[in-house]
Amino acid sequence: MADSKQNSQVGKGLNVHVRRAIAYTVLILISFFCLFWFYVLFINATRSNGELQSGFTLVPSSHLWQNWVNLVNGTIPVWAGLFNSLIVSTFSAILCVYFSTMTAYAIHAYDFKLKKFIYPFILMVMMIPSQVTALGFVKLVDGMGLEDSFIPLIVPSIAAPVTFFYMKQYMESTLPLSLIEAARIDGSGEFHTFNRIVLPLMKPAVAVQMIFGFVSSWNNYFIPSLILHDDDKKTLPILIAQLRSADWLKFDMGQVYVMIAFSIFPVIIVYLILSKHIVSGVALGGVKE
Amino acid sequence: MKNNSKAVRYNKWGYIFLIPFIVVYVVFQLGPMLTTIYNSFFENYMAGLTQVGPTFVGLKNYQKLFTDGDIWIYAKNTIVIWLMCFIPQIVLSLLLGAWFSDVQLKLRGTAFFKTVIYLPNLIMASAFAMLFFTLFSDNGPINSLLMQIGFIDTPYSFLSHAGSARGIIAFLNCLMWFGNTTILLMAGMMGIDPSLFEAAEVDGATSTQVFFQITLPLLRPILVYTLVTSLLGGLQLFDVPQILTNGTGDPVRTTMTMVMFLNRHLYNKNYGMAGALSVILFIITAILSLVVFKVTGNDKRKG
Repeated sequence: MADSKQNSQVGKGLNVHVRRAIAYTVLILISFFCLFWFYVLFINATRSNGELQSGFTLVPSSHLWQNWVNLVNGTIPVWAGLFNSLIVSTFSAILCVYFSTMTAYAIHAYDFKLKKFIYPFILMVMMIPSQVTALGFVKLVDGMGLEDSFIPLIVPSIAAPVTFFYMKQYMESTLPLSLIEAARIDGSGEFHTFNRIVLPLMKPAVAVQMIFGFVSSWNNYFIPSLILHDDDKKTLPILIAQLRSADWLKFDMGQVYVMIAFSIFPVIIVYLILSKHIVSGVALGGVKE
Repeated sequence: MKNNSKAVRYNKWGYIFLIPFIVVYVVFQLGPMLTTIYNSFFENYMAGLTQVGPTFVGLKNYQKLFTDGDIWIYAKNTIVIWLMCFIPQIVLSLLLGAWFSDVQLKLRGTAFFKTVIYLPNLIMASAFAMLFFTLFSDNGPINSLLMQIGFIDTPYSFLSHAGSARGIIAFLNCLMWFGNTTILLMAGMMGIDPSLFEAAEVDGATSTQVFFQITLPLLRPILVYTLVTSLLGGLQLFDVPQILTNGTGDPVRTTMTMVMFLNRHLYNKNYGMAGALSVILFIITAILSLVVFKVTGNDKRKG
């Protein structure tokens, strides 16, 4: 049966085996193009400046530690950068997820007059990029005397329409209103219900959005570069940009590669550990049912 | 009656839970939006060490923006780079999405491939751009490699030629976003009623026919969504060209994007021009957002 079916298809289109072979070839080629750069980055981070000038190779060398020591003892405040990035990203992610879930809960669980107005409003402002309000934002931050402070990078993540939308979608599929009713009958206060019953039920969505919140803040360059001017306050993306504007021809290239690797590899490692949840999370956010 | 008043008592919590979002939104986004618009009507910049303005000049900043002509160059750059990125991206994503969701094909290791293609999306754009800058520099590894395999005799200056400089930016953005697009399209394809594919198979349709006559038409809402969100993302193109060219948009401003132009005005504290440019970007964004809103809004009512 299966054979005759396949034979009948040969006349009209490609045999399924041929198609499978093409698919695998293309996928392997694409995977190569996705990973090649990171492999070269890793190799080059292990090579000394002299070795780097002598050409291309796929074999790692032994100078990784030396490059790292040189970088840490150099002029770029790497540790401070890492620390600043960690602080900003961690707090942004927590505030973003907690308050976006709260906003979604307000829309999901309650009926109030302005709901019809607020829900479409949040969806509409979802697409406005931070760049178009940057001027007013910078002026506001200057006016508040919050230059070189992390507050203007952390607090605004409370209003994150994209995370809100994801949480709202997730609640529609997993959070029955009868559960909230039951909690009320048991005498649980509204705030208590949200923290103790709703949030734990949202765990999978919270985990996915924590990762996205953290990564987007970790990678953010445009707004932090307008707010942070003090060298000790700069986050990693700004330090990378500074590396680019330095007179890099005189620079020890081994250090440059280690610095890039230092900003990229932690995210890759975390991603590889959690990739299953992240990839399914992306699909969930895109499907509008 | 009693029940009703109870509901009202609970529903006030809807407002209470909305307070953090509303307050932060008004202070950090709506307020700045209004100041940005307000500033666009004033002449306000630094000429050397002297502050000029702020003085009200009406629409003069907008007039200057359009008559200077620079904005058209940067708009064209942004669109050209976006097209160079989007066309290969959508073709690749459709192909991969179709393969991943094809039950007949039964590909193995799709979890691995999905993980790999999504990976670049999470990489810090500035670090990625810096990496490509070093890899494609005149004495960098790519030139060494091309010379070692005998493809070229002398190093090729990738970043001194408009085509290759734009190509690298487009390639990098395509690399960062095609995995995301693939997963979205695949999710859409898997949502298509399987009985349609079975019926097509019974009728003896080839996989190409199935793709063009069943998958694509049914995918239209998601495709429009992808197109417009990608265009919105393209409009914001900044990190990669900024780092790659150190903010110059070299060679001869062929890689200078709209947001790099905005960033330059902000950096030079030319608030009047920065405001006018922001408002124009906002209007374009608003129009595109309305399209998304309409498409996904219609889509939602069905489900």
